[in-house]
Formats: sequence, C-alpha cells, structure tokens
Amino acid sequence: MSGALLSVENAVVDLPTPRGNLRAVDHVDLEVGAGKTLGIVGESGCGKTMLSRAILQLLPKKAKLSGRVMFDGQDLTRLSAEKLRKLRGRSLAVVFQDPMTSLNPVLTIGTQLIETIVEHLELDLAQARQRSVELLAAVGIPAPEQRLTQYPHQLSGGMRQRVAIAVALSCEPQLLIADEPTTALDVTIQAQILDLLAREQQRRHMAMIIITHDLGVVAGRTDEVAVMYAGRVVERAPTPALFKQMRMPYTEALLAALPKLDVPPHTPLPAISGRPPDPTRPLKGCSFSPRCRYSAGRCSTEKPRLSPAETLEHLYACFHPIAAGGGA
Amino acid sequence: MMLQAAPNPLMKVENLVVEYSVGGKTIHAVSDVSLEIARGETLGLVGESGCGKSTLGRAVLQLRQAVSGKVLFDGHDLTTLKGEPLRKMRRRVQLIFQDPIASLNPRRRIGDIVAEPLVIAGVKDPEERKRRVSEVLSAVGLDPALVSGRLPHEFSGGQCQRICIARSLVLNPEFVICDEPVSALDVSIRAQILNLLEEMKARYGLTLLFIAHDLAVVKAVSDRVAVMYLGRLCEVGPSEQLFARPAHPYTALLIEAIPVPDPDVRPTQSVPVGEPPSPIAPPSGCRFRTRCPRADARCSSEVPELRLVASGQFAACHHPLV
Ligand SMILES: Nc1ncnc2c1ncn2[C@@H]1O[C@H](COP(=O)(O)OP(=O)(O)O)[C@@H](O)[C@H]1O
Ligand code: SF4
Ligand code: SF4
Ligand SMILES: [Mg+2]
Repeated sequence: MSGALLSVENAVVDLPTPRGNLRAVDHVDLEVGAGKTLGIVGESGCGKTMLSRAILQLLPKKAKLSGRVMFDGQDLTRLSAEKLRKLRGRSLAVVFQDPMTSLNPVLTIGTQLIETIVEHLELDLAQARQRSVELLAAVGIPAPEQRLTQYPHQLSGGMRQRVAIAVALSCEPQLLIADEPTTALDVTIQAQILDLLAREQQRRHMAMIIITHDLGVVAGRTDEVAVMYAGRVVERAPTPALFKQMRMPYTEALLAALPKLDVPPHTPLPAISGRPPDPTRPLKGCSFSPRCRYSAGRCSTEKPRLSPAETLEHLYACFHPIAAGGGA
Repeated sequence: MMLQAAPNPLMKVENLVVEYSVGGKTIHAVSDVSLEIARGETLGLVGESGCGKSTLGRAVLQLRQAVSGKVLFDGHDLTTLKGEPLRKMRRRVQLIFQDPIASLNPRRRIGDIVAEPLVIAGVKDPEERKRRVSEVLSAVGLDPALVSGRLPHEFSGGQCQRICIARSLVLNPEFVICDEPVSALDVSIRAQILNLLEEMKARYGLTLLFIAHDLAVVKAVSDRVAVMYLGRLCEVGPSEQLFARPAHPYTALLIEAIPVPDPDVRPTQSVPVGEPPSPIAPPSGCRFRTRCPRADARCSSEVPELRLVASGQFAACHHPLV
C-alpha cells in the first residue's frame, strides 16, 4: 500500500436512482506506482468510468463516495474544490473516450493548450506557445504551427484525440487516466494512439491507468491489470501472470469472446450468455454466477472475496477458480 | 475485371461510382467498385471510417443513387428499376445498421417496429403479421410475449440489435447488408450477435454483405473479404488466405493494427503515423500512396487495377507483397 503514487482504499460509489440505490463501485482497492501502467478491463456498466471519476473527484453531484483516494500523500476526498482543480490541471490528467468532453468547441486548439500551460506552469505566453507546438508535434500532429489557429471541429476524431492527449500531457502530470481513449477510433488510429500513450508514459516516467473493454488493448501495454465486474475488482495481477493463468471465469470468458485470428471463419465464438446484473438489484452471491459456467454450491448465496492465489500479487474473487492448466 | 465468385452470383456490383456534392465540392465516396457475392456466401467489407463502405451498401440498396455503374441482383439491374418492380426487388434485400438504438423509433412498440416492413409490403392480415413477428422474435432469442408491447428504451444495445435483426428478417429476404452491426457493442455482446447472425444465415439461407472496420471481426464471419480504402477496393480474397498472406500493403497495415491479447506479443510500433487523406481530393495514382511504405513514382502516376495475385485473391497494387 505504501509507496504507491495512487492508492484507492475501500472505495464505494452509490448513486440514487428512481429504481433505488445503484452501487456503481463496490469496495474497490487499487494501487498504481509512479511510472507504472494499470489496465482496468470490463464490460460497459461494470463501474470503470465511475471508478475513474471517483479517483478524479469528478463524480455526479448526487453520487456518494466513501473510502479514501490517496494521491501523492494526500486524500483527494478531503481536498477543497480549489486545490482539486489545481491538482487536476497539474498532476492528475485525464483523456476521455470522446475527446470533445475535454476540448472546448469554441476555442482554438492553440488557446486551449496555451491557457492550460500558462495557468499551471510558470511560463510566459511565448514560451507556452513554443511548448504547445512541441506537444502537438510529439503527439503526431502534422503542421502543428497551423493547428494552433484551428478549432476542434476542423479535425478528424483521431486528430482530436491527439489534441486531447496533448492538453492532458501539457503540464507533465504524474498520473494520466485514459478512459476508453480509442474505443471510438479506427484500428490503425487506435494502434497509433496507444503507441503514443505508451511512448509518452515511458519518456515522462508518468503513471497511467488505461480503461478498456478489450483485453487485447492492455496485453502488451500495461504492468498490471484489474478486471472489474458489477462494480467490483474480480481479478488483479501483473499483466504477464494474468495472461499466463487466468483464475477468474469472467476474465477467461472475456478473453474467449474475442475473435481469434488463427481459427477458420464461421467458428462459433464462445460468447458470454446473458448480461451483467442490474446494479440496482445486487445479487446475494457472486455477481457473475448467472452467466458463469462453473457456478455451483455457494456461488449463488455467498460473495467470493478478492484474495491471493499462489503469489501475493495475483488476486481473484472466485470459489471455483480455474486451475493451473485450465478447467475449473 | 475478373472477380468471379461463382458462375451465377446473387449480387454483382459493376464499376459503381457514388459521389456526394458538398458546398460545390465533390466527395469521391465510391470510385469504380466491382464486386460479386455468391448465393449463400458472406462477403466481408472492411476499411476505416469514411472510406465509403456505408455509401456502397446504400447504393446497392438504391437508397443512394449511383453516378454510374450497375447493381445486378439475381440478374436484374436495380439501378434501372423503378416503382413496383423496384419495391418487389427491395423486399428481397434488407439492411441492418450500426447503431441499433438510434435505428429504432423510440415511440413505437417492439411488435409494431418489427411488423412495419410487413405493413409496407402490404401484408394486410393482422394475424398473419403477428405470427411472422413472433416467429422472427423467437428466432433472434427474444420472447415475443414479453417484448412485443415494450418500447426500445427498455432494452440494452445488444437486445436492440436483436430487434433490428428480427425486423430485417421478417420479410424473408435473401440478401442482407449488415453495416457495422457490432461496432457499438462490447466484446461479450458482440460475440453473441456475431453468433446470432451466423445462425440466422443458416436458418434462413441468407447471403450477407458484412461491413465492419475491424478486420478480426470480419474474418470471424466471412468467406471472402474485400478491403476498401478511400473509395476504392484494395484487395479481395478468401478470408484465411488474405490473413495469412495479404498482398496489399493496406491489408497488411490493418492486420498489424489488431490488438493481440498476448503480453508476449509486444506492440510493434511500426504502424505508420497518418490518417486517410480527404475524399474530396484523393491522391493521384494509388490512393493509399501517402501512407504506403512501398510507394514509388509509378504509384503516384498510375492507378493500380485489381489483378489476380494468388488463387481467388486480387490486389490493386503495383508492388504487391505476394
Ligand atoms: N450524406 C452525405 N453527404 C455528404 N457526404 C457524405 C454523406 N455520407 C457520407 N459522406 C462522405 O462520403 C465518404 C464515405 O462515407 P461513408 O460511406 O459513410 O464511409 P464508411 O461507411 O466507410 O465510414 C466520407 O467522406 C463521408 O464523409
Ligand atoms: S464464484 Fe462461482 S459463479 Fe462466481 S466466478 Fe467463481 S465459479 Fe463462477
Ligand atoms: S500501388 Fe504503390 S502506393 Fe499503392 S499500395 Fe501498392 S506500393 Fe503502395
Ligand atoms: Mg459506415
């Protein structure tokens, strides 16, 4: 726990809805070390975005967060709005799936970059402008000088996402949270953006959280992976260990559902049947039990706790984990 | 051009050209595309957004008028048909869209949405309509008694896509164009819908044009794959062969870019930076040349024609990889 740049401790996020309380994040513990990359993987609605918003203290007004979010020695849940705002521009940055969430449509790219830099770093306008051009070049934007006078709508989706990344990187943050940064983009652009994030992360020795529903995205690009289901972390391990031996049936099922390149066309995909449970109607037992092919015995009556496997770094929440070498 | 899929293809597109005119400028959305789809076959159509896939699909259905070219469906040129004969022919061809939620009218009940094509086709008997609606809803894995009276917002994206598929099948079509049917869906739901499409294809004896921007998804369901870039076809060939030995540099780039769920396969970082140029002023010669590592002088002066590079595999490239 100690020594981590970010540590989320026992985070719970509750949202009131007309259908009753919705527990979006359910007792989550996570750490990210300085310069490390964590992948958070799961289907839509499993709580990934709410967790990242809880870290950033950007939850909807009605949401209730309990637990601690320790970042660089301070508990973000206790910081004033003013301090948080400073921190978010400076040390803690975010890139969303839709770049327009973080870009202002009525300001030029140059204005947005330069304003952010001047506000958070002690640079004058000319220096900030120079810095902006360098950043745009670093994120692979051709003719960066000319882009400064353009508006976001004049760029393609991929180019906008590059600009959003440039804005996020502009103040040399210690932690970057990228929430489905490439889900809306084409495969070739996705590969370029992921490479760009990895390169900048290493160059700046920045910590990073990549949120995605695709295990393929995190495989070669993270140090650790946390798999979320129904608001909980259900498996967590160093990336190589996870892919070597998945213990939680949900993780295995997510991997199996990806189309494989080495099987002939028309091979039926091992789909996960059904859907995630209604988060306003929490299940008594394991949340995955209605869809789990290994469900048996206490799976439907008791919640499995996240606990270590053979090694302390590999945690999973399952009563009938997949044994080494496959099969539960 | 020789693109023989079978002696008697169900769908044959010949030298199709489709353009849009925006603010006095011409967008070259589909430029001289020829394709054949055999009866019972699934042809995958893959390429980045804006390359003209949807426009091609819409022009095949006559929802968008082509500048030139032919669309031969079962021997009839749809581009010259009008009125009742066109309506009759259209019933045999259906379309499924990418965004399942947006393509369902939010104020209509599911039973009515699925029945709508029947009403338009003039099926007057309500009992008959109800029977056909129940049949297709059950086929796509929904309980007609439970869903018919509900509204679209009560369903998830995956379920809405099942409803769209049911609607597209209710007239018993022969040919279905699936335009990015799973692009908006999560990994697990995507697998369910892909499996469902395969089941429906077998059950109703369909021929499919399956459009997507993800080559891995396309490969999973297609017998042959056509790769499109900036309005033109780059390569056509049997799925497995195309994957094992792509001939066109763009196909190779698309394969390279697929994220592999294996930490030992480090991302190559070799995908060249850059995006497709504007279809308003496509590059001369080969349209891919501004991003192609093999481009030379000839590539900017001469348009590469599709030609045979291996058995059943065609590529439009002056310097193919095979
Ligand atoms: N209704 C339209 N009016 C003007 N331009 C269009 C229209 N629809 C598509 N386009 C343009 O035509 C080109 C091809 O688009 P499209 O067929 O939608 O590609 P894809 O389906 O492969 O993403 C793009 O440049 C797109 O912006
Ligand atoms: S606890 Fe039971 S139901 Fe849950 S994942 Fe493990 S085997 Fe499946
Ligand atoms: S024709 Fe030239 S530019 Fe086009 S794909 Fe082939 S090598 Fe590349
Ligand atoms: Mg499209």
